[in-house]
Amino acid sequence: MKLRLLSVVLAGFGLVPLHGALDQSLQVLAAVGREGQGNEAAGAAWKEVVTSGPACLPALLAATGKGSPVADNWLRVAGETIVGNARQQGQAVPVAEMEAFLKDTARAPAARRLAFDLLKEADPARAEAVVPSLAHDPVQELRRGAVQQLIDAAQSIQGDPARAAFLKALDVVRDEDQTRLIAGALRNLGVPVDLPRHFGFLREWQIIGPFDNAGRQGFETVFPPEKEIQLAATYPGKDGPVKWQPAASQDEYGKFDFNKPLGMLKEVTAYAVTTFDAPEECEAELRLGCKNAWKIWLNGQFLFGRDEYHRGQKLDQYKLKCRLHKGPNTILVKCCQNEQKELWTVEWEFQLRVCDGAGTAILAAATPAP
Amino acid sequence: MRLSILLSAFALGVAAPAIAADWPQFRGPESTAVAPDGQIPAEPKIGWSVSLPGRGLSSPIVVGQKIFLTCASGPEQERLHLFCLEAASGRQFWERQLQATGRTMTQPKNSVASCTPCSDGQRIFALWSSNDLAAFDLDGNLLWLRGLTADYPNASNSLGMASSPVVIGDTLVVMIENDSESYALGIDVKSGGNLWKLDRPKAANWTSPLPWRANGHASPAALLQSSKGLLAVDVASGSRLWEYTEGASTMSSSVVADGVVYASSNGVTALLPGSTDPSPRQLWRSKQINPATISPVVLGDRIYSLNGAGVISAAETRTGDIKWKLRVTGPFSGSPVAAGVRLLVVNEKGLVQVVDTTAPEGAITGKLQLPLKENSKELILCTPAISGTHVFVRTDSTLWELGG
Repeated sequence: MKLRLLSVVLAGFGLVPLHGALDQSLQVLAAVGREGQGNEAAGAAWKEVVTSGPACLPALLAATGKGSPVADNWLRVAGETIVGNARQQGQAVPVAEMEAFLKDTARAPAARRLAFDLLKEADPARAEAVVPSLAHDPVQELRRGAVQQLIDAAQSIQGDPARAAFLKALDVVRDEDQTRLIAGALRNLGVPVDLPRHFGFLREWQIIGPFDNAGRQGFETVFPPEKEIQLAATYPGKDGPVKWQPAASQDEYGKFDFNKPLGMLKEVTAYAVTTFDAPEECEAELRLGCKNAWKIWLNGQFLFGRDEYHRGQKLDQYKLKCRLHKGPNTILVKCCQNEQKELWTVEWEFQLRVCDGAGTAILAAATPAP
Repeated sequence: MRLSILLSAFALGVAAPAIAADWPQFRGPESTAVAPDGQIPAEPKIGWSVSLPGRGLSSPIVVGQKIFLTCASGPEQERLHLFCLEAASGRQFWERQLQATGRTMTQPKNSVASCTPCSDGQRIFALWSSNDLAAFDLDGNLLWLRGLTADYPNASNSLGMASSPVVIGDTLVVMIENDSESYALGIDVKSGGNLWKLDRPKAANWTSPLPWRANGHASPAALLQSSKGLLAVDVASGSRLWEYTEGASTMSSSVVADGVVYASSNGVTALLPGSTDPSPRQLWRSKQINPATISPVVLGDRIYSLNGAGVISAAETRTGDIKWKLRVTGPFSGSPVAAGVRLLVVNEKGLVQVVDTTAPEGAITGKLQLPLKENSKELILCTPAISGTHVFVRTDSTLWELGG
């Protein structure tokens, strides 16, 4: 593809043209889009970037995180290939600039993750030295090593110092496996841990159902709660009139089980709605775990849905980016149960939390202090 | 993480032998699980081994003197690796890493590196359960990338995907079949763009596409297997050629030999597709040959099927009549492979077993216990690869080369 034509294409992606062949090649990589758009030009650009060697790494990092995740992979593979070649050929890698980039939390999360990985590849000792400073990092993945160091330190001591060390780790931990470990250790030391608060699970709901899901048709059927949220209303359900009722989860991992208030039903659909009082307008993530078919709306806007049944559930299985208004935000969850009769298909539940991109809980404005 | 090479004393002591026969995709040439010019050692021994930085149950493939293998590392298996190794020694030529752009959740036994890469001899196509698909040349230059979950956001399986892509002609055929956004793609090997996209049954499916053609002059086709049956599509256009609708396994892949499709359907159903008929003619059906989750192998005039109880059934390809049964030590996740007159199976616990198919009732001629890591309870879940007289098999931690 001619460079002039490329500029037009890049402008279409909203990318500001940079100067020089290298910058143009980086922009070609950053502009790769859906269904392979831009791949052919990217193949040639990738070779040019790799050929340009370690000096281009700061510019490569700067280009990362500005396009799609697939575009970021083009840049990632180029960066790692450059560092690998440099190691083989004994070339210097600009590790100081990469470290500075990593420490600049205003940079894109994907770019900072790449900066850390390249630094680790180029200079493992230097990367290791940076790890403790990442405990409060806004990128969840970058915290993990620092949290592990805190866990290791806490496990090496006893009594009150261990309590203090584990509490320090709990303050920064965001990954579930590490949180479980820390919470277990603290409880063994007699320290209570409020996991729902830590994760930001929503556990207080108004629910309504059952509606029909025979033949798995309920997933696409628009039942009344998708048209209006009127908590005093009564609607025709699968087996008679249904109305909203309050229900709460007692599960510390926030699982809300429809089987409890509605019975062990099959081929049914239910809804749960709650109002989340955001302390301020902000970017956020609704993170869902669910092994039933589901849909989610925020303030009446459909976010995402998925019609998969009983293939597995875990915390943060789905991460839905959204923007919260300051004040009340209405979150509506649709959850469908299918016809399967096996023991492992009993679950009709979901777990949902509100957090930022690092997995840090966003607590409702009225949440009491711990 | 760098792949560290742990050469065995054997490999250190002798010159590395040349390896030349390709095993270019899941279950080898034409997806038959047979190495036409290969020879399985009667009593295999470990040649070399290399340690791997991440999990995986994909098979290695062999192109010329190079092995290509995927794995996935990180707390969520979000780091995707592709290795290129020297087949004769295990020495690393290059490694490339991607960040998963799709979902990485799998059931614990499965892995994000579950799909076996494939090659057309010039390029390597690597797919992971996250639906990240990458094409490299043999020297590790990135040719194109796709994020198939980024392209089609509901395409995933929370148990993990496992279908392996295959190159047929100039088309890479990929099955992304699941309960939600289920489809198959024909992708241009040069550009990575879609040639065609077919909606597929909304049902989890771990089988892999198979190459097929009506005759030597016919256009190359792909067989897409699902719970509904088998669909043959022209790989250049994606147009439907014929369809078999009596259901098929979603785990055990079918096999094609001498124009006959031995479908993993109702046990095994032998099908003879015509060049223009809308559906194939059924030659025979045997529910006694039940491949369960394991894919069958055709060697000469016999079809061999390994069932969930660890019994190999040898049946005539012409009739489906069982000629002998042989119990081997299971359990198995990987499928048998064959070369010469021998089958090779590796059970989950790392016991390699070689079967002489010419013995009147079949006979185990050799066994080898691979030194699996006990502390991690790792299992052999992959189907081995064969090149020449060499066999390659991997766990989550190690790739082994087995020779005679």
